[in-house]
Amino acid sequence: MSMQQDLAPTTGDEVIQNYTINFGPQHPAAHGVLRLVMELDGEIVERLDPHIGLLHRGTEKLIEYKTYLQALPYFDRLDYASPMAMEHSYVLAVEKLLDLEVPIRAQYLRVLFAELTRIKNHTLNIAHHIIDVGAMTPPLWLYEIREDCMAFYERASGARMHAAWFRPGGVHQDVPLKLLTDMAEWLDDRMPRLFEDAMSLVVDNRIFKQRNVDIAIVSKEDAIKWGFSGPMIRGAGIPWDIRKSQPYDVYAKMDFDIPVGTRGDCYDRFMVRVEEVRQSVRIMKQCLQQMPEGPVCSDDRKVSPPKRAEMKQSMEALIHHFKLYTEGFKVPAGSVYVATESPKGEFGVYLVSDGTNKPYRCKIRPTAFSHLQAMDFMSRGHMLADTTAILGALDIVFGECDR
Amino acid sequence: MSHSAPLIHTPDGTIAAITKALGSNLVSIEEANGEVAVHIHRDSLVECMIKLRDECAYQQLMEMAGVDWPDRDPRFEVVYCLLSLTKNHRIRVHLATNEDQAVPSVTGIWPVAGWLEREVFDMYGVLFSGNSDLRRILTDYGFSGHPQRKDFPLSGYVELRYSEEEKRVKYEPVQLAQDFRNFDFLSPWEGADYVLPGDEKTGEGAGKGATQRMTAEEVKKDPATPSSPPPPTPKTTDTAAQTGAGKAANKEAVKRTVRKPKATGDKA
Repeated sequence: MSMQQDLAPTTGDEVIQNYTINFGPQHPAAHGVLRLVMELDGEIVERLDPHIGLLHRGTEKLIEYKTYLQALPYFDRLDYASPMAMEHSYVLAVEKLLDLEVPIRAQYLRVLFAELTRIKNHTLNIAHHIIDVGAMTPPLWLYEIREDCMAFYERASGARMHAAWFRPGGVHQDVPLKLLTDMAEWLDDRMPRLFEDAMSLVVDNRIFKQRNVDIAIVSKEDAIKWGFSGPMIRGAGIPWDIRKSQPYDVYAKMDFDIPVGTRGDCYDRFMVRVEEVRQSVRIMKQCLQQMPEGPVCSDDRKVSPPKRAEMKQSMEALIHHFKLYTEGFKVPAGSVYVATESPKGEFGVYLVSDGTNKPYRCKIRPTAFSHLQAMDFMSRGHMLADTTAILGALDIVFGECDR
Repeated sequence: MSHSAPLIHTPDGTIAAITKALGSNLVSIEEANGEVAVHIHRDSLVECMIKLRDECAYQQLMEMAGVDWPDRDPRFEVVYCLLSLTKNHRIRVHLATNEDQAVPSVTGIWPVAGWLEREVFDMYGVLFSGNSDLRRILTDYGFSGHPQRKDFPLSGYVELRYSEEEKRVKYEPVQLAQDFRNFDFLSPWEGADYVLPGDEKTGEGAGKGATQRMTAEEVKKDPATPSSPPPPTPKTTDTAAQTGAGKAANKEAVKRTVRKPKATGDKA
């Protein structure tokens, strides 16, 4: 203090120094434990340095010590806003190494629940984006939808969030018919009503637009250079969607549109997510219409466990069950990189197997890593208050970012 | 192909085109599990990546992964996953490196590599020359060691807690109430890499990574084992008294369970 006073310039030639502030790690608009070190010139952001890793739990290291099946629940805990989408990449990676065929009903169920997860994730993100820029009512309605999604999760898997329902070879259990009919009713009536009501308050709202339009414009070139994916690359105007271009499970049979942005600003990214929710509803309806009866898990007993009833009768089944839940299954040596379109973008798993029952290396590609890194250049020259809008439109969850 | 993972169709001539573009910088190229993996020399990385981006149209760097192979000579492998938005195709670029020699940074080609390289550095200690911001990224401030290396223990070395007495977070050596349990499930009939006791007589040596088992001779010489086993005491229960049950035991049990009435307090 005394130093400053000594050096204080005389009136007239005041030197204003840049101001550095800490945003987070415990800030409600930081979407988790994010620490942003911001250098400000007045209220203008000059430089922004995100410090991540505060939620690092060593998931990749832990997976190396678990069997392939034991590693699965860790994926729910990565992006806890869209758990089944995380499982999807992992089970597909394991199936690719095993070259395992998945029954068609299981593929439909997975796509159905992956899209339900997308609705679940987008309603959370849309709600938080809206709340970050100041509105309160729409989030409450959107949370109703999210709550419904979690109820469906619970009816399918027994858990509201950490489902562990997708398994290598299919899904863990079949769903009751009533769940599917309830879901269809929900998609026809309650879900669009709640969603469109909430959106009617926001999308044309003057204040909401003032806070988002022309904020953090990302060009197509920048989106490619910075490794954007998902709604972020589509918001920048590139029609890239892994569900369409590299279809997995039964996405090839689905009819849906890919929304793209025109300006690449926060409003576009927001609207892309809004439209994706509507498209997810379309996909879910198609799944419900087309879903055939049949088994929901591979009948390869070296990978997927037998039915409980069968175990009471068959010695063979009992042995298979015991071996699968102690030793686990072995995966042929090799490596694959499998990326799926998670609600937040490209979620990839680089899986290296050495032929044993545990993954040798399981590198997880979080969507947040490339998006959050780009926040520095996206925020430069914007006001401090815009960073919350930018961060809201990035859709970051730290469980996934920090692993 | 029967799996339902994302369908990546490798166009005809892709491998030939990459081979031609990379020329002598290419070590090997192969297609396995439906994915093309390109192995290159470490020092030619930047040159190769520019060619792959500009000539072969792999515009996006989606992911970088480190892999630790303690048995190999350049110990670490760095894997770059590239995506072509125009050709709708993915390839992986692999290179081998060790702790001492830095890998050229690709931040000049793809700025997204900045954090990806920081993560590989943090987790494996692989250096990247040209990355101007090679700080740790996921681990704690002031962390030492590289946790994804195979010789780094799962439990780590330090644990931390908030100390109420000192009003600060304290770092202490890890103390686990229960040891981490790791079971060896490798079946000896299906390619376990060690020799079962007795099998050594067939003349084949123990395989790589074999757990060293002592032969009968060694066990005898080991001073820890008593030279002659203690005479076996038969573990039998001949009479009811030995079981610990019966009238005597019941009495004992009543004595232990029936509480004496509490002495009324002195104050009363």
